[in-house]
Amino acid sequence: MISLLDLFSVAAISAGALFFFAGTVGLLRFPDSLTRLHALAKADNLGLGLVALGLIPRAESPLAALKLIVIWALVLLSSASTAQLIGRSLSRGRK
Amino acid sequence: MNELLLLAAGLIVFTVAIGLARILHGPNEVERLMAVQLLGTGGIAALLLIANATNVPGVDDVALGLALLAPFATIAFVNLVDADEGAAERDLAP
Amino acid sequence: MSFLDIGLALLVVLVAVWTIAAQDLFASAVGYVAYGLLLALVWIRLYAPDVALTEAAVGSGVTGVLLIAASKRLGALKIAALEAPPSLAFKLLTGVLALLVASALAAAILMLPDPPPSLAPEAAVAAEGPGAGLGNPITAVLISYRSFDTMLEKVVLILAVLGVWSVGADQAWGGAPAPLRRSKPYPAMVFLAQMLAPVGALIGIHVFWVGADAPGGAFQGGALLAAMWMVAMMARLRDPPRIDAQWLRLALVAGPAVFLVTGLAGVVMAGNFFAYPPGLAKPIILFIEAFMLMSIAVALPALVAGPPSGRSEQ
Repeated sequence: MISLLDLFSVAAISAGALFFFAGTVGLLRFPDSLTRLHALAKADNLGLGLVALGLIPRAESPLAALKLIVIWALVLLSSASTAQLIGRSLSRGRK
Repeated sequence: MNELLLLAAGLIVFTVAIGLARILHGPNEVERLMAVQLLGTGGIAALLLIANATNVPGVDDVALGLALLAPFATIAFVNLVDADEGAAERDLAP
Repeated sequence: MSFLDIGLALLVVLVAVWTIAAQDLFASAVGYVAYGLLLALVWIRLYAPDVALTEAAVGSGVTGVLLIAASKRLGALKIAALEAPPSLAFKLLTGVLALLVASALAAAILMLPDPPPSLAPEAAVAAEGPGAGLGNPITAVLISYRSFDTMLEKVVLILAVLGVWSVGADQAWGGAPAPLRRSKPYPAMVFLAQMLAPVGALIGIHVFWVGADAPGGAFQGGALLAAMWMVAMMARLRDPPRIDAQWLRLALVAGPAVFLVTGLAGVVMAGNFFAYPPGLAKPIILFIEAFMLMSIAVALPALVAGPPSGRSEQ
C-alpha cells in the first residue's frame, strides 16, 4: 500500500511538471499576448494543482495536507482574478 | 524519492526560466506583468516540492506568503498601467 | 551543487542584469520583483526560511510596490524625459566600480577559513541564557540577544514615515494621502481584494504567531498584513487614512514604545536593561512582538501611500 501511494505521488508530480512544461511551450509558441496569458493561467495552475495533489499523501499530518489544499485554493482564486485583470489591460492596450 | 522531488523542482525552475526569458522579452509592458504570475505559480510549486524533499521547517509558510504576494504585486502593476493609460487619454483629449 | 542550485544562481544573475539593462521604469520594476522572488528561492536553498519570507514580503513585495508608486508619481510629473541619458564613459565607470565591489565581496567569501568564524554559537547560548525558551533561535536573537537593535530598527521605520510625510505641501499637512488608484476599479479586482485581504490577514497573524517556535515572526507577519491592507487600498475598498488620525499615530509608535517600556521594566524586574525575568520570557516576547506587528503593519502602507496630497477626493 505504501509503494502504491508513492507511485501515485510520482505520477501526479510528473504530470504537474509536464503541465508546467506545456505552459512554457505555449508561452513560446502562441502568437498573441492574450493566448500566451491563457497558456500561463491555465496550464501552470493545473501543474501546481497536480503537484499539490501528489504531495498530499506525503504530508506529515492532516493539518499539513490541509495547508497544501489551502495554498492551492488561494493560488486558484488569485490566478483567475489576476488573469482577468491582465487580460483587460492587454485588450485595452490594443484599442 | 527525495531526489525525484528535487529533480521535479529543478525541472519546474528550468521551465519557469525559459518562460521568463520569453515574457521579459515581450512586445509591450503589459505582457511583462505576466512574469510575476509565472514566477509566483512556478515558485510555489518548486517551494512545495523542496519543502517536502528537504524537511526544512516553515518552507510551506513561505509558499503561503508567496501565494499572497504575487497577486499583491500584480494588482499594483495593473494600477500602474491604468494610471499611465489614464494620463495618455487625458493628454489626447482636446 | 546540484542542477537546481546552479540553475537558480544563473537565473538570478541573468534577471539582475536584465533589470539593470531595461529601458523603461516599468520593465525595471517588474524585473526587480522577479529578482526578489527568485532570491527568496535562493534563501530557501541556503536553509534560511525566515530570511526567505522576509525577502519575498518586504524585499520583493512591499519595496516593489514602493517602486511602482514612485514610478507613478514620476510619470505624472513627466520627469523621465528631462535629462540626457548618462554618457558611455559614465556607464563604463559605474560598471567597473560595481565589478570591483562584487569581486571584493566574492574574494572575501571564498577566502574564509574553514570553518568560518561566526557569532552564532555565542548568540545561541546568550539567547537561551536570559530564559528565552523559544523554539526559533532567530526570534530569540532578535528579541532577546539583540533586542536594542531590533527596537531601533522600528524607530528608523517611524523616522522614514515622518520623512515621507514631510515631503507633502505645507497646507496639506494633516490631510490624507491620495487614493492608491484614481479610476474606478474593475469588478474582478474588487472581488479579488474582498477575498484575498481577510484570508491574507489571517495568514499574516498565523506567520507572526508561529514565529516563536518556527520560521516567521513579527516582521514577516507584519509585512504580510501590510500587503493585505495595501491590496484593500489599491482596490479602493478603503482609502489611505488622514495622517493626523489618532489611531494611526498610536499604532505607529506602539511597537518601539512597548519595547522600550519593557526594556526599562527589565531593569526593575530582572536587574538589567532589556533583561527578561526567567519564567516569563516567552509571554513577554510575544507581547512585545504583537505591538511590533501592529507598528510594521501600519508603517509600511504609510510609506507606500506617501505624503498627504491636499487635493479633494476625485
